[in-house]
Amino acid sequence: MAKTVVLERKPLSLSERTYLPQIATGLKTTFSNMFKKNVTLQYPEERPVIPQNYRGVPTLVKDPNNREKCVSCQLCEFVCPPKAIRITPGEVPEGEADREHVEKAPKEFEINMLRCIYCGYCQEVCPEEAIFLQQEYSSSGYSREEMINNKEKLYELGGVVPDKHYKWDKKKKAEQEGNSH
Amino acid sequence: MISKKNSKVVPIVLDGKEVEVPEGINLVDAAALHGKEIPHYCYHPQLSVAGNCRMCLIEMGTPMRNRETGEAILDDDGSPKIGWVPKPVIGCATNVSPGMHVKTESEKVLGCREGIMEFLLVNHPLDCPICDQAGECRLQEFATDYGRGYSRFVERKNVKPKRTRLGPRVTLDDERCILCSRCIRFCQEVPKDDVLGFVDRGSFSTLTCFPGRELDNNYSLNTVDLCPVGALTSSDFRFKMRVWFLKDADSICPESSAGCNTTVSSREGELYRITPRRNDLVNDSWMPDSGRELYKSVKSDDRILSSHIEQNPCTTDEAMVEAIRLLKGKNIGIVGSCKSSLEEQFLVNQISKKTKAKNYIRGHFAEDDGILLSADRTPNLRGALVSGFTQKYPKDNLLSLSQSLGKKQVDALLVIDEDLDAAQVDAANLDGVPIVFIGTQANTTSNRASVVLPSLTSFEKSGTFVNRSFYAQFFRQAVPGPAGILPDLSLLSRLLNGLTEDEEIIPDQNSVWKLMNSVRGSVLKGISLTDVKKEAVLLDSSKWSDLPFVEAKALHFEPIQKVEA
Amino acid sequence: MELWNSLELWQIVAIKVIFALMMIGAVMTMAGYSVLAERKVSAWMQGRVGPNRTVLPFIEHIPVIGPFLKGLGVFQPLADGLKFLFKEEIVPGHVNKLYYYLAPIIALVPALTTMTVLPFGEFFTEAGDRIPLMLADLEVGILFILAVSSLGVYGIVLAGWSSNSKYPFLGGIRSSAQMISYELAMGLSLLPIFLWVSKPGIDVAALSLVEIVHSQDQSMWLVFVQPLSALIFMIALFAETNRLPFDMPESETDLVGGFHTEYGSFKFGIFFVAEYAHIVIGSAIFTTIFLGGWHFLPWMADPWPSTWIGSILGVVWFLTKTIGLIFFFIWVRWTLPRFRYDQVMSLGWTKLLPLALANLLFYVILVTWLDQPAS
Repeated sequence: MAKTVVLERKPLSLSERTYLPQIATGLKTTFSNMFKKNVTLQYPEERPVIPQNYRGVPTLVKDPNNREKCVSCQLCEFVCPPKAIRITPGEVPEGEADREHVEKAPKEFEINMLRCIYCGYCQEVCPEEAIFLQQEYSSSGYSREEMINNKEKLYELGGVVPDKHYKWDKKKKAEQEGNSH
Repeated sequence: MISKKNSKVVPIVLDGKEVEVPEGINLVDAAALHGKEIPHYCYHPQLSVAGNCRMCLIEMGTPMRNRETGEAILDDDGSPKIGWVPKPVIGCATNVSPGMHVKTESEKVLGCREGIMEFLLVNHPLDCPICDQAGECRLQEFATDYGRGYSRFVERKNVKPKRTRLGPRVTLDDERCILCSRCIRFCQEVPKDDVLGFVDRGSFSTLTCFPGRELDNNYSLNTVDLCPVGALTSSDFRFKMRVWFLKDADSICPESSAGCNTTVSSREGELYRITPRRNDLVNDSWMPDSGRELYKSVKSDDRILSSHIEQNPCTTDEAMVEAIRLLKGKNIGIVGSCKSSLEEQFLVNQISKKTKAKNYIRGHFAEDDGILLSADRTPNLRGALVSGFTQKYPKDNLLSLSQSLGKKQVDALLVIDEDLDAAQVDAANLDGVPIVFIGTQANTTSNRASVVLPSLTSFEKSGTFVNRSFYAQFFRQAVPGPAGILPDLSLLSRLLNGLTEDEEIIPDQNSVWKLMNSVRGSVLKGISLTDVKKEAVLLDSSKWSDLPFVEAKALHFEPIQKVEA
Repeated sequence: MELWNSLELWQIVAIKVIFALMMIGAVMTMAGYSVLAERKVSAWMQGRVGPNRTVLPFIEHIPVIGPFLKGLGVFQPLADGLKFLFKEEIVPGHVNKLYYYLAPIIALVPALTTMTVLPFGEFFTEAGDRIPLMLADLEVGILFILAVSSLGVYGIVLAGWSSNSKYPFLGGIRSSAQMISYELAMGLSLLPIFLWVSKPGIDVAALSLVEIVHSQDQSMWLVFVQPLSALIFMIALFAETNRLPFDMPESETDLVGGFHTEYGSFKFGIFFVAEYAHIVIGSAIFTTIFLGGWHFLPWMADPWPSTWIGSILGVVWFLTKTIGLIFFFIWVRWTLPRFRYDQVMSLGWTKLLPLALANLLFYVILVTWLDQPAS
């Protein structure tokens, strides 16, 4: 149990009651502030340093083999609190040499940046590590339509990120090395 | 459904609690009756028991008896001693017997389940992100409920073909198959079209069609519903939408008078698939493939989307005024529809009675497959009888209408969703006869009609259908109709109010049902809308027992035996 | 005086008009740049940058100087002024039109009028006479200033009343109450000064501002002689100019914009300029009375020659002191929080007024004692 302690307030001295010394101290503080370094950033010319774990504009990424990682599982669409994500799933036709074993990919992938709240749930939920909130923070446009990032734009923003898994390559290897049936 | 009502009950001890279960059922069902889940893959209550998945392993035992005296052997504390079967048994192939002891939650049982799950997942590709079954997958559910939670399997997994075409509507993903054989048994037992089987052994085992055959019977998509995992997928629904986005509505298949119970799934007003809903009185858990494609009519090209006067688009109000002007004071002929709901047919009949119109109705007949696609290809022909719209059994034509038109007994027509040309009405007789057409799809009659009023498909409204066994079944609205289209009930009640001076009928289910219940001698007496909404209600069909119904003997349906005079 | 006598009347009028225009230009420019200074100083004190974007097209391209001036925001007042000029003129429907338009004018006129009696330097004739630089050498200069500057409150009260809206009305009420309260203390704090300056015998120039400045030539500045008077005068000056911590009429946090809530475009601009003109004039008066006017430093003879160069340097020195005081005004604004209305009243009536009276009494006794003829 916290004990309540009543502190006795000392009566103010005469000089304190005139407030003048306090005013002088205040003036000293503001005056010394004038010679400190500015904290303001001159935005368009100067850009802030973006920390590593910054949550910027959500983007779609490709793996180092330049294959899209998204398989349109729509979990991000499901988890998105403001319902900013809209995916049209599509099937990957068989026999594409660079997309062997890939069955499903988004036909269209739209993120409405007017709705997005940058919560990062989509990145967290993605089972394929295909969506990342990267360092881009300045998103602007002249119309509502412009603010909807489509698949092309999302891949352009996302670029290529290192991959830990190479899921499709592993599967191809397994098939080649005798696990195929 | 297995209910406790039928036949004798036997006492068993389920997890130490004495309960009573119907005689002769197996332990999976018996436990389910008392709220205990015994996980299973290969067992399906409406198929034969195969017992190959081993997921439903449980511990079973009986009280021990002295072999010579037959007396119960007692424990030290005086209770009967239980002789537990040393190895676990599968619940699906073990029928209950009096005094049987069952453990569904013992450590041994849980260990069994964990082991089985681990084996099933050894070669499972874990491609849940792209699997259509994800979200309604038994493997996912039981892996979270009974699995060990992590994998000890470090070797490479098998790679198998991922998109084998089994038939025109079914695609097989071999990697996901857990070899439960439900689909094989279904094809043998329900459509009696034995095309599926396993080939090869061990981890090479693969589901395949018999050489030269393919899974193309009209019930093939039921295998997709049956499949506890995502191995069998519907080619139509494949990769279209994840199931957790879908909103389900209980509906009735409008394809034929079998009246299959269905679940219509939609997202944001867009229909994605139709799946059967279990009803052991009507359709078990099946429905024909052809009925699953009917949702496409909602967005089809020939859908009528606005009211027309002489083929010019107009508002519903304008069309309604024009329709009333055309019909008022004429000798109206009303062509009803066996596709309308019971409520709508009743309202049409009210119009007919108030305006002294002549009623015509056409039946749509085709071949009967003896299962769930009956010869009567309309959902509600019996509704026309129940609502009193017709007393006679409809023919597959409207020759009588053609004659009446020829004799000028009818000089205005109200047509509900019917194609007069196809019904052999002489086109010459239609000249100069104003037609008011209410329907969803354009046809020659709507093209000829003076006034066209669009209406809603059975996915966009709710109502009641009476199936071939005289079960009244309620279907619910799955998606909103296109903007500006009124439900048929509203259209009909406005017509009725416009054509007669009587007090208005409120166009909602409740008030129409109240009116239907109040008709003298109606078989609906004493049946309320609430009853029908709850479950299928069997109506008294004795009134119509001498009508020449076309349906043949089929699943859960016996044709009425005609009494030879 | 001979100088004036040698001129025709029209010449005198012409010279006076030219002088007046020059002074208006100077004061208005200073007011405009006070606004810039306010923004810049507040920015520096808060670790910000302040206006640094506005620039004239051709100056922009001058190397070094162009970017430097741009960074200082030197052209910001131009842009601000133009903005006020070109903004849409909105008059709310519920105002009293006549007084609504009159109010900003009444606010600005007294601020500019007070400068007529303000000496800001001196001119040396060949004969060696020292002629003060001012528009009108009124012998009751300080009385004129006290009288006219307090007229400025009419602008605020009128603005508050004619806006016909609650916040401006409250602002106007507060303003008039505050003016009355601090006017007294201000006047009383000046009396000891004139008692001190007026030596026995020279009763003529008793209330002349020029005489006060002369009295501080090569002697002690009056701020050191009478620090209490200076303090009271300074506090009253803050109150009279509606500066924080006494900006009761405006107090944007509780009264939205106070008396000028309903004003926009150029009318608002005039209020804005009037406020800063008050500060400029107030600073100039304080310089004149307490900081030795154009004289160099206490006890020191002016280091500049008694020629026209000396005149200019004197004026520049006077302006430097004034600008320093303007900075002090700004500095205080960004340091102290605003008083509550009741605190303003109690400070004015129960602290400053008795203090000013006591101060007066003390100097009356002191001066009487000092001035009694040595018998």
